[in-house]
Amino acid sequence: MELLSGAEMVIRALRDEGVQHIYGYPGGALLHVYDAIFQQDEVQHVLVRHEQAATHMADAYARATGKAGVALVTSGPGATNAVTGIATAYMDSIPMVVITGQVMSFLIGEDAFQETDMIGISRPVVKHSFSVQRPEDIPSIIKKAFHIAQTGRPGPVVVDIPKDMTTPTERYEYEYPKSVKMRSYNPVSRGHSGQIKKAVDLLLGAKRPVIYSGGGIIMGDAHVELAELARSLNVPVTNTLMGLGGFPGTDRQFVGMLGMHGSYEANMVMHHADVVLAIGARFDDRVTNGVDKFCPTAKIIHVDIDPASISKTITADIPIVGPARDIIKEMIQLVKGAKTGPDAEAAKQWWQQIDEWRARHGGRFDINDEGLMKPQQVIEMLSKVTNGDAYVCSDVGQHQMFAAQYYKFNQPKRWINSGGLGTMGFGLPAAMGVKMNFPDAHVACVTGEGSIQMNIQELSTCQQYDIPVKIICLNNQSLGMVRQWQDMNYESRHSQSYMKSLPDFVKLAESYGHVGMKVDKYADLEGAMTEAFAMTDRLVFMDIAVDPFEHVYPMQVPRGAMRDMWLSKTERT
Amino acid sequence: MRHILSVLLENEPGALSRVVGLFSQRNFNIETLTVAATDDGTLSRMTVTTLGSDKVVEQITKQLNKLIDVIKVVDLTEGEHIERELMLIKLKANSSAARDEIKRTADIFRGQVIDATPNTFTVQLAGSSDKLDAFINALSGASLLEVVRSGVSGIARGEKVLSL
Ligand SMILES: Cc1ncc(C[n+]2csc(CCOP(=O)(O)OP(=O)(O)O)c2C)c(N)n1
Ligand SMILES: [Mg+2]
Repeated sequence: MELLSGAEMVIRALRDEGVQHIYGYPGGALLHVYDAIFQQDEVQHVLVRHEQAATHMADAYARATGKAGVALVTSGPGATNAVTGIATAYMDSIPMVVITGQVMSFLIGEDAFQETDMIGISRPVVKHSFSVQRPEDIPSIIKKAFHIAQTGRPGPVVVDIPKDMTTPTERYEYEYPKSVKMRSYNPVSRGHSGQIKKAVDLLLGAKRPVIYSGGGIIMGDAHVELAELARSLNVPVTNTLMGLGGFPGTDRQFVGMLGMHGSYEANMVMHHADVVLAIGARFDDRVTNGVDKFCPTAKIIHVDIDPASISKTITADIPIVGPARDIIKEMIQLVKGAKTGPDAEAAKQWWQQIDEWRARHGGRFDINDEGLMKPQQVIEMLSKVTNGDAYVCSDVGQHQMFAAQYYKFNQPKRWINSGGLGTMGFGLPAAMGVKMNFPDAHVACVTGEGSIQMNIQELSTCQQYDIPVKIICLNNQSLGMVRQWQDMNYESRHSQSYMKSLPDFVKLAESYGHVGMKVDKYADLEGAMTEAFAMTDRLVFMDIAVDPFEHVYPMQVPRGAMRDMWLSKTERT
Repeated sequence: MRHILSVLLENEPGALSRVVGLFSQRNFNIETLTVAATDDGTLSRMTVTTLGSDKVVEQITKQLNKLIDVIKVVDLTEGEHIERELMLIKLKANSSAARDEIKRTADIFRGQVIDATPNTFTVQLAGSSDKLDAFINALSGASLLEVVRSGVSGIARGEKVLSL
C-alpha cells in the first residue's frame, strides 16, 4: 500500500471522491496541505480573495450539480470568515465539505496564534463535524464527511485538521474506503406505503387540491416525477423560493411562488385549498405567514426526508418521511391504478377560480411615467435574452424577489439563491462556482449595488481564472428591501438604507480587466444585454439604473392569512 | 409536562456538547441531564428530563435523533419506568436535637449519614426527584449547608431494553 502524509491524504481523498475543484485560501495551519496541493495537478485549487467566497462557490457548485462542494480554509480568521457560508448552506440544506486548518493538537486550548474552536463555533450551523485526532483517520473521516453531507437531508460538514496531523515527513498507509457504515446514521430510505396510500386517497377525493413543493424536489432530483404526478391529478403547483425550477415556470399548472412575496394566485390557491400536498418544503415562516390562519380549510399531507421538518410549525394530517422521488413514484402508480380518478367537475371549477385569480393580478407592475426603468423589466429582459435557460445566481434584496418572480425557470438547479439565511454577498461567488463548472452555460449574477459590494473583491478571482459571468446589477442606489420596510412600517424614515457613495462600477470592473456597461434607459437594455451575453469570454458588469422607489408586490400582511396581501402601494386584498 | 428522555449516543468527543447545544439553540428546556459511558465503552447513555408540551417533546426527540452521534432516543415517560436521582446533602448538626432529627428523617426516607463532623452531617439519599424534594421539605427545620443532586437516571420497567 502507498504511504502518504496526512497532507497528501487530504488531497488524495478528495481526488478519490471525484472532486475537481476546491475553493480556498492558505494560511499557517494549512501550509503542509498547500504544499501537497502544489505537488499534484488532479485537484484544481481556486484561490478566492475572501474565505466567505470560497464557501459560497463550493455551495453553488453543489446547488447546480447536487454533489458536495469543497472549501479549504485556514484556522482562526480563515475559519471564522467561512462561518457565514457554512450557515448559508446549512439553512438551505446544501451538501458541502469544509476543511479547516487548526493549530497543532498540543496547542489546542492554549489560545495559540490563530486558534479558534471551529468545531464549537460552527456547531449550530453544520450537519456534523469532525476533528482529526490521528492522521491515519483522514481518509475515513473525509469519506464519512461526504457521505453525511450528501445523503438524507443534505448539509455542510466541517473537518477540522490540526497542523501536526499533516506533517509531510510522517507517512501512513493510504486507502480510500469504498463505503461507509455508521451505526448512528441511517437516513430513511423509503416512505411508508400505508401513509402514501392514505395521501393518494385524500388527493383523489379533493375538490381544491394544490401541490406546494420546495428545495427537496431539486436536491432530491424529483422534478420529472413531480410533473407527472401534477399532470395525472390536474392540480395547480406552487413552489417555494428554494423550489423554483422544480416545476416548469411556464407550465399552465404553475401558479408561481408562494409566501411573503408569492404571487396573488399562489397565495389565494393555498388559502382556499382543501388538500395541500407539501413535498420537500418546510412550512417556513416566510411561506406560512400567520400560522394560526394558515390554510384554514386544508388537510395537509407533508412529504419530507427530514422527520424533524414534519409538524414543526404546521401539523401534518398525513406525514410521510422519505426521499421525495420514490414517494412521488409510488403516488403516481396509485393514481394510475385508482378505480376513480380525480373529480373532473370539481377540477373544472377549481381551475376556473384559479384563472380568475390569475386575471386579477397575474404579476403586473406599473411602468414608470418618467421613463425610469423598473427592476421587473430588467429581469423580464434577462429571461428573454437568455431564453429562460441561464443559471441565475442571486444576491439578497428586492432584486432577488424580482428575479424569483419574473424569471421563468423551466429547469431545476438553475435558480441559485440564499433562501434561508438571506446572505448578501452570495451572488457573485455563487455565479463563479457555477460558471467554473459549466463554462458553456449562461451564468448571471443578479445583484444590487448593496449586495455586490459585500464580495466585490472576487472580481479579482474572476480575472485570475477567467470566469466570464454576467453581473446584472439592479442599481436602485439604496438598500431597497430595507427601504421598502421603512416605507411601509416606519413612515419612510430611511434610516441607513441609502447608499451615499457608490463607486463607478464600470471603471471598477475595468480596473480588474473586465467589461463594464452602464444602462439607464429601457430602450438601450435589450441591445446592451444581448451584447453582454454575446461576449462569452468576458466578465461583463452591467450597472443598470432602476427606479429607486419601486416596492416588491405582492407582499403579505404580517401575521395575516395567506390571502392577506398588499398588491401595490395602494391596493390590499 | 415533564418527560424523561433516554439517549444512547456515541462516546465521542464533542457528542455531549452537540446535545447540550441543541437544547439551547432550539430553545428547549433541560431540567436535568446525566451522562456516562455504558458497559460498552464506545457508547454513552444519557438521561435528560425536560418540560414541554407533547409537540415540543416530539420535536426535541426528532432533533436529537438527527444528531449524527445519537443512536437511539426513547421517551421513558411514555411507558412504565423507574427513575432515580442521587442526592448528597450537607446539614448543620451541632446539637443533639438536630442530629437526632436528621437521623430520624433520614431513616424514614431510607437515607444514610455518610459523613459526620462535630458540626455537620452529610446524608446520601437516592430516589425519585419527588422523594428528594420531599426529604428537603421534611428537613425544613434543619439548616441546609449544601445540596448536590445528580439529576435523573432512568430505565424502562420490565423486559424493554434500550440497546444497539
Ligand atoms: C449580510 C447581510 N446583511 C444584511 C442583510 C439585510 N438586508 C436584506 S436585503 C438588504 C438590502 C440589499 O440591498 P441591495 O443589494 O442593494 O438590494 P435591493 O434590495 O436594493 O435590490 C439588506 C441590508 C442581509 N440580508 N445580509
Ligand atoms: Mg439596491
